[in-house]
Amino acid sequence: MKKNIKYLAILALGLVACESEFDNPIDEAGVYSSGEADFSNFVALGNSLTAGFADGALYITGQENSYPNILSQQFALAGGGEFTQPLMADNVGGFAGQTAAFPPRFVLAFDAEGNPGPAVYTGAAPSTDITANLGASFNNMGVPGARVYHLGFPGYGALNPYFGRFASEPNATVIGDAVAQSPTFFSLWIGNNDILGYATSGGVGVDHNVTGNTDPSTYSPIGLDITNNGVFDNTYRALIGALVSTGAKGVVLNLPNVTTLPFFTTVPFAPLSPLDPNFGPQIPTLNATYGQLNGAFAFLGVPERSIQFSTTGASPVVVRDESLTDISAQLVQVLTPALGPAQAAIFAAQYGQARQATANDLLVLTSSGVIGQVNQERLAELMSFGLTQAQAGQLSVNGVTYPLQDQYVLTPGEQSLVENARLSFNTSIATIASENGLAFYNVANDLAQAANGGIPFDGGVITSDFVTGGGFSLDGVHPTPRAHALVTNGIINAIEIAYGATLPSVNPGDYGTVTLSNDVGVN
Amino acid sequence: MKKLLLLVLFALVTLVTYAGGYRVSVQGQRAMAMGHTGVAVVNSAELVFFNPAGLVYLENKLNVSAGVSGIFTDVIYQNSDLGISSETDSSVGTPLNLYGSYKVNDWLALGLGVYTPYGSEVTWPTDWAGSHLVNNIELAAIYIQPVVSIKLSDQFSIGGGPIYVTGSVNFNRNANRTLSDIDGNRSNITIDDSGVSNWGWSISAMFNPTENFRLGFNYRSEIILEAEGGEATFSNFPNSPATPANGTTTFDAELPLPAELSVGLSYQFHKKWLFAFDYNRQFWDVYESLDIQFGTGATSLNTRNYKNSSVYRFGLQYDATSKISLRAGYYIDESPVQSGFFAPETPRNDSQGYTGGISFAITPKLAIDASFFYLRFEEVNESYDFYQENGQNVPFRGTYKSSAFAPGLGLTYKL
Repeated sequence: MKKNIKYLAILALGLVACESEFDNPIDEAGVYSSGEADFSNFVALGNSLTAGFADGALYITGQENSYPNILSQQFALAGGGEFTQPLMADNVGGFAGQTAAFPPRFVLAFDAEGNPGPAVYTGAAPSTDITANLGASFNNMGVPGARVYHLGFPGYGALNPYFGRFASEPNATVIGDAVAQSPTFFSLWIGNNDILGYATSGGVGVDHNVTGNTDPSTYSPIGLDITNNGVFDNTYRALIGALVSTGAKGVVLNLPNVTTLPFFTTVPFAPLSPLDPNFGPQIPTLNATYGQLNGAFAFLGVPERSIQFSTTGASPVVVRDESLTDISAQLVQVLTPALGPAQAAIFAAQYGQARQATANDLLVLTSSGVIGQVNQERLAELMSFGLTQAQAGQLSVNGVTYPLQDQYVLTPGEQSLVENARLSFNTSIATIASENGLAFYNVANDLAQAANGGIPFDGGVITSDFVTGGGFSLDGVHPTPRAHALVTNGIINAIEIAYGATLPSVNPGDYGTVTLSNDVGVN
Repeated sequence: MKKLLLLVLFALVTLVTYAGGYRVSVQGQRAMAMGHTGVAVVNSAELVFFNPAGLVYLENKLNVSAGVSGIFTDVIYQNSDLGISSETDSSVGTPLNLYGSYKVNDWLALGLGVYTPYGSEVTWPTDWAGSHLVNNIELAAIYIQPVVSIKLSDQFSIGGGPIYVTGSVNFNRNANRTLSDIDGNRSNITIDDSGVSNWGWSISAMFNPTENFRLGFNYRSEIILEAEGGEATFSNFPNSPATPANGTTTFDAELPLPAELSVGLSYQFHKKWLFAFDYNRQFWDVYESLDIQFGTGATSLNTRNYKNSSVYRFGLQYDATSKISLRAGYYIDESPVQSGFFAPETPRNDSQGYTGGISFAITPKLAIDASFFYLRFEEVNESYDFYQENGQNVPFRGTYKSSAFAPGLGLTYKL
């Protein structure tokens, strides 16, 4: 009987200790696998996209929702290790005391009429110290602003505080610090800025495929140029060479078409509505004035440059197209008899390379704030020529009387320079990936789909529409957490194909889009 | 002795059940030990709950039964497509019951019961994958019921009485799958109310065709708890005119406590052996939707669409000695939750349980009753399909598995 009681006690204890367990628990070995890859030390390299930059700034929740960080959580179920990031100090973004160069993030605010729009967050001041160095060992080595050749550039930390924050030493390179961590697996998404800087600035920089300049140290220090194709290929090859030298496997991503970004697709080429009380009533006067100019255009054999505003529908803005032959000298001659030499000179200078925009022009997002506004710089200049303030004001309205300047418009010629470079870069990326047996994710395809119809998810469709599409943060260039989730799934798919891994995907619907806040200044 | 041991073993390992929805069938230690049968068992004051009509057949003038159980529940969730898993916080519920009856004369007995037949306590990790459906919920309803039991003959009696219910609710969940404040803290809403009361009733009958055979019937009415002017707290919403403001407002909501019909029998097939069978029909179809109306004018509509469900209970009692009685039971409990409506706030699918227990008479008047049940639900792949974002249903899917273990202790006193 004593013995029996002992058994009973054991039995009872067994029942108490019994907890629910699945037939196939996902945290058990064999459910997921890394295949031929080894995720134990994953290091991510790249630019702002890799860093988790969004809404025009780098901040904590953006970093937490970066695709490498999301990916690392999936890797964790297949042998992945800890994933560290050089987190900023807050969710404001920017650097303390540096708001001119590194402004705080955008949030989606509602104005008094209830209209939503991006606005700079003012609920708190940036608190991240630009000089603080957090140490070199971070799994996320994404550096906002980095171009392909920056990753191997000694001393880049002095030029870019986002790398300076975690560079191992003043002369360190991003790639050197990455390799020093002996990654077993890496991701590389680099090259976007090698074309994007030129595109977002409306093509004010130069294309070094045109200049033939292969010395990146002489390129625009503020990133306005297009990197030479040969430079890209060589540099990218060297980066991959360094990363695979220790036997690491990895995944690389190619570069999306800039025209899939809302930064270039949100502002319409024909935004001037006759219903606008500030514009509509001016149309007859404007057309009468432009009539004289159009006569001159016709006389000079360029009638296609004629400018006319519709009284019934929206009209295209007037833009300055650097690719047009400058006919200001001829215009002076033709216009002088009618306008007098002084005004003819002003008109000629203003419209020597002017035309109305077409559907093929891309107006950058930042143009929306200047179109229809008086260009103060031009106003002052015209007054210095002796015009009254009223006369000068009439001739200084951006996009209406004063052609939108180069930095606001990506013309078809500029677009093709960008696209040619992109295609060349993408060829390099795909080729080098293939030569090194790396996983390759054609993210450009998915972004094109987001821009053309959208990508469905369980809560709707993700599109490239600004603010409402769910794919892009409020700077119009960088992805939302939801888009980072999509990118993560694309990468996982590529890794499964390349290395025979089995990984769980993520649900984009579990990831947010833009952040609401009315903690903004004058809105 | 061997027989006794076998019986104890049976008592310990026999799978018994609990109950679907937020019904918690732990209304008496002796009944619990027999698979929660009792509509036709004349044994103790637990009859106040199971069948007041039977009270008049108790031998003693005064009968008191009191008990408490500790319910340890554990629910696990996973979604292997997404690599997510979660487990509820092992909370301990402690349903109490207290019953007394007094035989006024040969044909009349009066009784009073306090018991907690409905309740739920589920705590998922805050911000878990299903946090847009529930982070945590705590429901409790205390029934207080005076009863009368009238013997019409040695073969037939009737009983019943009014029920006063007082309930409380605390329910927290996130506003949706993604909304957060500037620092990424998830926007969430808590509703809290207590002292929500209402009235109901029960009616019952007992028929004894022979000395050893009893039939019982009991019907407990539906009671709707109407929370009015409860407190709703909105937290971590961003500062935006597009979202609710943080702070408190009121809410109104209705939670039904469904009616339950029980019929059953007991048969004393040997002087030491008693067999009991109960059939419960729970009228869950009253729970169509959990609709919350906030003081701000906003509403939250949550389709539930429960169906009526049945429970089949089997119990056995063996009077081993004059001092010791052993009990065991088994039951099959159908879940009222229909496929596609499987919300993680009440993650219950069909279940079976084993129960067991023992009574030990310290004195002829006082006995200690111990019981327990262990309940294991089948692993189930289910979803809740009626959560909406932008007018579109967004199912929340996964695999669930639950278990519950509840040891209980009670006292029976008779005079």
